[in-house]
Amino acid sequence: MAAVTLEDRVLEARSRLDAHVREMVTWHFSPETGCPFWLKYAQALSFDPRDKINSYADLKLLGHFQDEWLRGGPVRRWLPKGLAGQGVSVFETGGSTGVPKYRINMNDFRTDYEMFSDTLSDTTFPKGSDWLMLGPTGPRRLRLAIEHLAQHRGGIAFHVDLDPRWVNKLIKRSAFHELELYKEHVTAQALTILRANDNVKCIFTTPKLLESLCQKIDLVRYGITGIFCGGTEMNAQFHRFALEELVPGVDFRPTYGNTLMGLACHKPVVPEDEFKIAYYPPNPRAVFEIVDPDDTTKTVAYGETGRVMLTTLTKEFFIPRFLERDEGERMAPIDLYPWDGVQNLRLFSRLQSSVVVGVY
Amino acid sequence: MRHFPVLRAGKAYRSAARHQVRHFVTGEILGEMSMANAGLIARDLRDAPRWAATLGEMSIRELSSIFDRAAVLFEEEALAIGDWEQSFSDYLHNLSATTGMPMSLCRKNAQKVVIAMKEIVPTLKGLMRGLEPEILDKSAVETEQGFLSFRRESTSLGAILPSNSPGVHSLWLPAIALKTPVVLKPGRQEPWSPHRIAAALLAAGLPEQAISLYPTDHNGAREILLGCGRSMLFGDERTVAPWKFDHRVQIHGPGWSKWLIGEDLVDRFSDYLNVMVSSICENSGRSCLNVSSVWVPRRGREVAESLAERMAGIHALPLDHPKAALSAFAQPQIAHAISAMVDNLLQTPGAVDLTAKHRPNGRVAEVDGAAFLLPTLIWCERSDHPLMQMEFLFPFAAVAEVPSDLVVDEMQETLVLTALTQDETLINKLMNAPHIDRLNIGAIPTFHIRRDQPHEGNLFEFIYRQRAFQVAGLEA
Repeated sequence: MAAVTLEDRVLEARSRLDAHVREMVTWHFSPETGCPFWLKYAQALSFDPRDKINSYADLKLLGHFQDEWLRGGPVRRWLPKGLAGQGVSVFETGGSTGVPKYRINMNDFRTDYEMFSDTLSDTTFPKGSDWLMLGPTGPRRLRLAIEHLAQHRGGIAFHVDLDPRWVNKLIKRSAFHELELYKEHVTAQALTILRANDNVKCIFTTPKLLESLCQKIDLVRYGITGIFCGGTEMNAQFHRFALEELVPGVDFRPTYGNTLMGLACHKPVVPEDEFKIAYYPPNPRAVFEIVDPDDTTKTVAYGETGRVMLTTLTKEFFIPRFLERDEGERMAPIDLYPWDGVQNLRLFSRLQSSVVVGVY
Repeated sequence: MRHFPVLRAGKAYRSAARHQVRHFVTGEILGEMSMANAGLIARDLRDAPRWAATLGEMSIRELSSIFDRAAVLFEEEALAIGDWEQSFSDYLHNLSATTGMPMSLCRKNAQKVVIAMKEIVPTLKGLMRGLEPEILDKSAVETEQGFLSFRRESTSLGAILPSNSPGVHSLWLPAIALKTPVVLKPGRQEPWSPHRIAAALLAAGLPEQAISLYPTDHNGAREILLGCGRSMLFGDERTVAPWKFDHRVQIHGPGWSKWLIGEDLVDRFSDYLNVMVSSICENSGRSCLNVSSVWVPRRGREVAESLAERMAGIHALPLDHPKAALSAFAQPQIAHAISAMVDNLLQTPGAVDLTAKHRPNGRVAEVDGAAFLLPTLIWCERSDHPLMQMEFLFPFAAVAEVPSDLVVDEMQETLVLTALTQDETLINKLMNAPHIDRLNIGAIPTFHIRRDQPHEGNLFEFIYRQRAFQVAGLEA
């Protein structure tokens, strides 16, 4: 029997994605299963999406999802009828000032983090060991997601909250000393947990907080073996710094996640990548397309820079072709993830003057 | 590709994040800087006490001879910057190519650095108000007035450096001779000078722990300011504002330097036009020492017209022209934005650009593809016109009339004031004005600096503090 090539895998993944698109479009645009928002949206269209959308490429017919649609209530307009009766969580994004954007959630976060769990090593993220979650909790998906990840692996998650909205306000008014005090306050709580609980072997945190923690203690000596890290400061240099200096010997897993997508895994590090991080979304539940910012119908060539366009396709939530506030280089499929990825994620350069990032 | 490494306590480090330094007109890549992440800087600064201990073991005599040797190396030798070599001539050409500064001014500014190195001992004496610098080699010395002892307030001096004028490097250099390691963030367009200075000092025998160089972003700059016990911060008003009330940070922001002519000498103003014009235009107007407003009791319009006529004689020339006196803007859009801002402020009634009639093609000039702002002189009918309180990165000044008895109170923050008067009452009032830093009485250009008269704070007093010290025998 001939060996399965990468090309075969790519074709298979593409076919699976197209089938998944058909299934999701049928679900979200059927009166028996869809949510009020999409059913109302379909009424304004000149076609029935269930007839016309047969593949990922056909999603173009729906234009671009606008994240502004998520701002404000009623949140129940996003609740698919087909999932009525299930417990609903609502997660927020944005909201430093004004009304945040909402995403309703039932089991997606559990599914996403269980899939992510499958990529973790049982040696460095040992089953039954406890977790420290040091980052934004509050109304965010991350809080429940990390706890679920810990529980799914037989552990218990300890939490320290960081309020990014407060951090944004401090940065906007250049209150750097106050920001430093707040960071110290958050880090001190984490140290207390680590000192008192020696079964904590795994950490989720953000680059800034990891730096702050490592300024105080050597995490390896505290028994930490695995770190799952995500946030806006994650770039090639931070990646290198973490591996070589902050936590050498620890299994350091950079990830990219957000409320709208879920969680993207990174390509295993190889020396020729010079610590650049390439992320691959959990296809077919989520898809990255790296597009020309001036013509978002065009995908850029591999290695070229473009704006990240996200499509999320789950029964709970449907986000077609949403233009993220990030840009990066389009990455070719790999055996582990036979679909497009993105490297060097960073803030979309045309938005740089208007968005506060790097906050935590 | 010329690579500027991060210098971590003198040791070269190649970062995974690099910033390209480009020719400001052609866009040609002239080098790339390794960028340090903030956490790396914070982690390194944990070792600052050890760096300071190493430097502290050196005597003032040893350090001054290192500075002497470094001055020669800086000016004459090819120096290793990471894994490539740079001659003095390469240095000047590249400095001009990325900052837009004419070669003539690059040479002049480089000379300031050389002199700062050569004259390190007189500089230290000036900073230490006449004390012998060797006092720092001992824990305490006994004088006729009792023991004299100083303690260092910080184990490092941070410096967030600008791209617009290499002469500023003469300000942080004495810290090393004061046995304090420096932690520098070079400007994004000007890695050339800090790297060359570091290379010269290290080649002359300075311990590598004495110099750290971190090209970095805003987060990294913040880390330097928070992590060093003492720092210098160069920047515009918005950059320096958050740090104004942090006693550990010495601010080098806008200077709003001024000329004032008293009632007694205003009729002789034409004798002083040259020195006034040079105070406005020296170094292409890019220094906080440059005059941005002139205050006279009467004959203001005449003073303004005369200054305008002379300033309009300064033209934009190619950067390698021996008489070039204007720097180009590395980003042309900034020249246009500044010019538009001046025009916008001219909409406030009571002000007129007197240089405009001498240059019919406008304030922005283009030579060899580079954008320049031509010297601009504004006449203001009232001293509270907004243009009397503006400072720009090009030769710019506004003139207004204010009665001599009101002028001191009406002036706001002033880094350097040259007062042309012999009126004792006015001089006394100036001497007592808390908002005037450096005060020149007489026809002294505002940019004329004496090393024994430091302004914007005294580096020695910033880094060291006199401690109370007593010694007695062991008898109870």
